[in-house]
Amino acid sequence: MSSKPMDQVTWQEIEVGAVLTEPGSARAYNTGDWRSQHPVWTKSRCIRCGVCWTVCPEAGISEEPGGYFDMNMYCKGCGICAKECVTGCISMVPEEE
Amino acid sequence: MAHRVGMEVSIAVSHAVQMSRAEAIAAYPITPQTHIVEHLSSMVANGELDAEFVNVESEHSAISTCIGMSATGARTYTATSSQGLALMNEILFIASALRLPIVMTVANRALSGPLSIWNDHGDIMAARDIGWIQIFVENGQESFDHSVMAFKIAENHKVLLPTIINLDGFILSHVVEAMEFPEQELVDKFLPPYHPRFSLDPKNPVTMGAFAMPEVYTEVKMGHQMALTGSYDHILSVWKEWGDLTGRHYKPVEKYKTDGAKILLLTMGCLSEVAEVAVDEMRDAGLEVGLLKLRMWRPFPFADLRKAVEGAELLIVCDRALSLGGAAPPVLAEVRSAFYEMPNRPRTASFVIGLGGRDIPPGVFKDIVAQAQAEAQTGPTEEYHIFGVRG
Repeated sequence: MSSKPMDQVTWQEIEVGAVLTEPGSARAYNTGDWRSQHPVWTKSRCIRCGVCWTVCPEAGISEEPGGYFDMNMYCKGCGICAKECVTGCISMVPEEE
Repeated sequence: MAHRVGMEVSIAVSHAVQMSRAEAIAAYPITPQTHIVEHLSSMVANGELDAEFVNVESEHSAISTCIGMSATGARTYTATSSQGLALMNEILFIASALRLPIVMTVANRALSGPLSIWNDHGDIMAARDIGWIQIFVENGQESFDHSVMAFKIAENHKVLLPTIINLDGFILSHVVEAMEFPEQELVDKFLPPYHPRFSLDPKNPVTMGAFAMPEVYTEVKMGHQMALTGSYDHILSVWKEWGDLTGRHYKPVEKYKTDGAKILLLTMGCLSEVAEVAVDEMRDAGLEVGLLKLRMWRPFPFADLRKAVEGAELLIVCDRALSLGGAAPPVLAEVRSAFYEMPNRPRTASFVIGLGGRDIPPGVFKDIVAQAQAEAQTGPTEEYHIFGVRG
């Protein structure tokens, strides 16, 4: 498949049998785009322990420069990070319409 | 030189697969397909066919195994019937979506229940929308020819679609007929080794069968649709090439004594030969009756059919399957759709015949024509007739 965004690919540009010839193409799927809530970190209370990163089942949390954490485009909004956070610095915020 | 042989049609099909140099076969035996795969199994065991023959525990596994083998780039064959085809169902769609050129013989048989091992077209009609090329054959020679041609059609890089050859169970699969077998040299020249466009190869890895997000599923299906409708021209060119080599030419819609015919019968499969006998007798009696034989079922040959009925007043469609509770039996539904926008379309009459092995002698066609003629004046008593049903 071409490197175009998926919603712009025409049927002619798709390989026979929708075969994918490039590895790692799943990275381009923003699988978190259907979440209904997302985690927000209060940095003043974050001790940068990485428990949220460890418990996330979807690799939806990335380490940021400075050792803090934030969600990425694979976060589904499950809230496990907020539940397990040692200091309670993560709150789940509903997605805006 | 080609040579004539007398042989059971199932065995001839297994020879066609052997002469096509199939490399991978996975099949589960089911009446009335059994003789085909039984003989292929013997050929592989005896070293007469250099292929991998995988014995599996079900048809679901048979077609799944075929998908895996075809994905490695092997020329792949299987055969089934009735319940076996039904058990394959979910995987059939995947074979065509992956664009794997598997060739399958379906020895058409009624679906249970009630349990019936005998012939009708209920099995393939229930698998109508699987996205495969689907061809019907009429006799032993056609069974042989189309089995070989199917590989060449399916493997064309502009087609790359699995292909089904439908042959009627028992009344065709189990009869002994005289057939002309070509030399191996001719088949080899006609059908070169299969070169896949993509194959499962660790040196050049690809992903087959990835999921599609809503943003792209429709586009993938459009590609499949365009390939299937576009396969029409390639099918015809393969048929022409075979015709030039063997003298046996095939068309999507075959005509028999249609010149000046006001009434046309339409049949599929080996019933067409019986209908020819009936047409001969009706012509002798002065009736302007002809016969259309629908060979190509998918892609559906809309233009050929529209052209074939020009000048006819009444088309009598003979289905060998039901669409219970539906608008029409499967073939009639398709034919009426093809005609709907035609300015001078013929009227249609519909008869379901030959279900579950019910014998259809030539007289049935004469009765059908008489009834359809009578109803052309008065209007049909039903949307479609299940002909000959008691009560």
